[in-house]
Amino acid sequence: MTDQSNDPNQMTGAAMIVRALIDHGVQHIFGYPGGAVLPIYDEIFQQSEVEHILVRHEQGAGHAAEGYARSTGKPGVVLVTSGPGATNMVTPLTDALMDSIPLVCITGQVPTHLIGNDAFQECDTVGITRPCTKHNWLVRDVNDLAKVLHEAFYVASSGRPGPVVVDVPKDVQFAVGTYHPPRKDDVHVSYTPRVKGDPMQIRKAVALLASAKRPVIYSGGGVINSGPEASKLLRELVEVTGFPITSTLMGLGAYPASGKNWLGMLGMHGTYEANMTMHGCDVMLCVGARFDDRITGRTDAFSPGSKKIHIDIDPSSINKNIRVDVPIIGDVGNVLGDLLQVFKAEAKKPDIKTWWQEIATWRARNSLAYKKSNDVILPQYAIQKLFEATRGHDTYITTEVGQHQMWAAQFFGFEEPHRWMTSGGLGTMGYGLPAALGVQVAHRDSLVIDIAGDASVQMTMQEMSTAVQFELPIKIFILNNQYMGMVRQWQQLLHGNRLSHSYSEALPDFVKLADAFGCVGIQAIKPGDLDGALKEMIKVKRPVLFDCRVAALENCFPMIPSGKAHNEMLLPVEATDEATAAAFAGGKALV
Amino acid sequence: MNQPASAYFLEERHDPNETHTLSVLVQNEPGVLARVIGLFSGRGYNIDSLTVSETESQKHLSRITIVTTGTPMVIEQIKHQLDRMIPVYRVVDMTITGRSIERELAMVKVVGRGDSRVEALRLADAFRARVIDATTESFVFEITGNSSKISQFIDLMRPLGLLEVSRTGVAAIGRGPEGM
Repeated sequence: MTDQSNDPNQMTGAAMIVRALIDHGVQHIFGYPGGAVLPIYDEIFQQSEVEHILVRHEQGAGHAAEGYARSTGKPGVVLVTSGPGATNMVTPLTDALMDSIPLVCITGQVPTHLIGNDAFQECDTVGITRPCTKHNWLVRDVNDLAKVLHEAFYVASSGRPGPVVVDVPKDVQFAVGTYHPPRKDDVHVSYTPRVKGDPMQIRKAVALLASAKRPVIYSGGGVINSGPEASKLLRELVEVTGFPITSTLMGLGAYPASGKNWLGMLGMHGTYEANMTMHGCDVMLCVGARFDDRITGRTDAFSPGSKKIHIDIDPSSINKNIRVDVPIIGDVGNVLGDLLQVFKAEAKKPDIKTWWQEIATWRARNSLAYKKSNDVILPQYAIQKLFEATRGHDTYITTEVGQHQMWAAQFFGFEEPHRWMTSGGLGTMGYGLPAALGVQVAHRDSLVIDIAGDASVQMTMQEMSTAVQFELPIKIFILNNQYMGMVRQWQQLLHGNRLSHSYSEALPDFVKLADAFGCVGIQAIKPGDLDGALKEMIKVKRPVLFDCRVAALENCFPMIPSGKAHNEMLLPVEATDEATAAAFAGGKALV
Repeated sequence: MNQPASAYFLEERHDPNETHTLSVLVQNEPGVLARVIGLFSGRGYNIDSLTVSETESQKHLSRITIVTTGTPMVIEQIKHQLDRMIPVYRVVDMTITGRSIERELAMVKVVGRGDSRVEALRLADAFRARVIDATTESFVFEITGNSSKISQFIDLMRPLGLLEVSRTGVAAIGRGPEGM
């Protein structure tokens, strides 16, 4: 027996948690203290390897960790207390699960002997977070803690990434036990995500691609999650095949927006050419995307004439919404590598000149057109100006959810992966501001901008205080139309323009608010103000709230009306009131 | 029919439903059953029968047998969704392998006197149900078989004084020398 007092691996549960963070290379965590995590905060106080970012609300910690994870590829780490601390994390956990973001969330819990007694700040954290995590654990014995923490990091960041929760009762934090560094047998033997694609399936895919006359590549967030190598391989595949490529909201940046084969984003607010190409293709290669309902439109009319190849690391994504012909289960980067090798060895670039000519006619429709104005700032124009102003800077963009998010996706060109942080699956208003914090923590010297809406940004506005405290010079670029724009748009299109509770009667003065927070407020009202104001925003090395007053009633086009197929898009030039009414007319017209 | 205006595509597909029996081998750890059940309720899948017990205590393995109904695409989803859970080792579709035996056990309490009591006993004998408890006015029968046989037996007992039934749910195992 070794003398316990001299064994460096003998420590309290709280110390194990900090030690495990260090062993996993964690440099930053986001959190909020409370009764059930005080022992851990005490350990954090007594070390300097892990920097703790104190947020103003636990939801902010969660989204900040998501932004951190998305922009670095490393898991984001959150520390919150029991009860309300844990329940406030439910939204970011669900958000991370939907968008496959690796998060490790450590929650405090009431002491083991009080669990089930309705103790102060007790809640059934593992019960509540079971459906919104990839996996979760309640640790009842301090000697299980090291293994669980190591497994938590592995589960969060391997396979299809996702959020995990480790719930640690306060007595376990105080108890002394044996720590061990990460090792192989920390992980469930039942968890073995498949990385390498089946060579037979890859061969089938190559044969299909080589024989294609009207091909398209449809890529998604899986390419980003797989790492920078996957984006490189995707670009090479596009180069080698000469195929047109579109992407989901989550996948923007994997292929550069300036690339010549780029069709723009697809889906409900995607470009006409992207959706028409999807609709008319004969071979579709889906890479790390999941045929989500915002992408497919009506499923029975989705790309009816195509053979579909689907690369995904999660078998449950295959045949969930759309039946595919050649599923390939594996990591996108790994599979693309193998696929490219086979293609280069055995196939030739197919001749798809006529297909590109057809695509050119769709492109010529200019589906992102909008009417410019000298009097009011059009939101699309604001994004274009922002894009121009940030060129040459090392820029990261986050967004909230709504019209501004779609305009950002349409008008901001992303050249690299990991530069675009948005809440895709869950559609969480309030995501962008704290996410920007997380990005800025990871990239101190970069330009981090949250493209926001006036409604969304108020949901997590309190985190401006965090930005000031930690000197994180995030820029909150608010497209202020005084409406919940997307809600108003749907009400106009679907509910007889009865704008039920989508107007913000009493918006704060964002410039004064910025002042109150101790950051910089900037306002632009006229199109002519924009260039100078944007320049100032970028120049200031402090957090900025930018109140960009935009046209109040602008709608986001093009769009696929509900229940319609990809080839039934409504284009901006055609979106007169009559055409819109006709496009949306159901059994009961617009009621 | 046109759908009312909505942000979602509302028409449902109407593929025919199938019933499948799934055997799921899981790590027997706290919350594992809640995970499986939560998956079914959360994603709107059906559970027709659910049986669970530890089968290898040394390795902490439990076997869950689930009978479920859904379209072929939903059944495929269920299997994939189960399989990707961290503590799940294996999911086997006993209906697709086609070589499996399914059994259920039920205890059936019948109360009565006179002719109906005699008739109950006679039918129990025909169904190879055993009497495991008896009073002068009641029997508890134990019957084992596939679910439809048990349901048939219960239906027959109904007019003869059926009081209550306790069923275990379906357990299934593959035929032949191979394991799951």
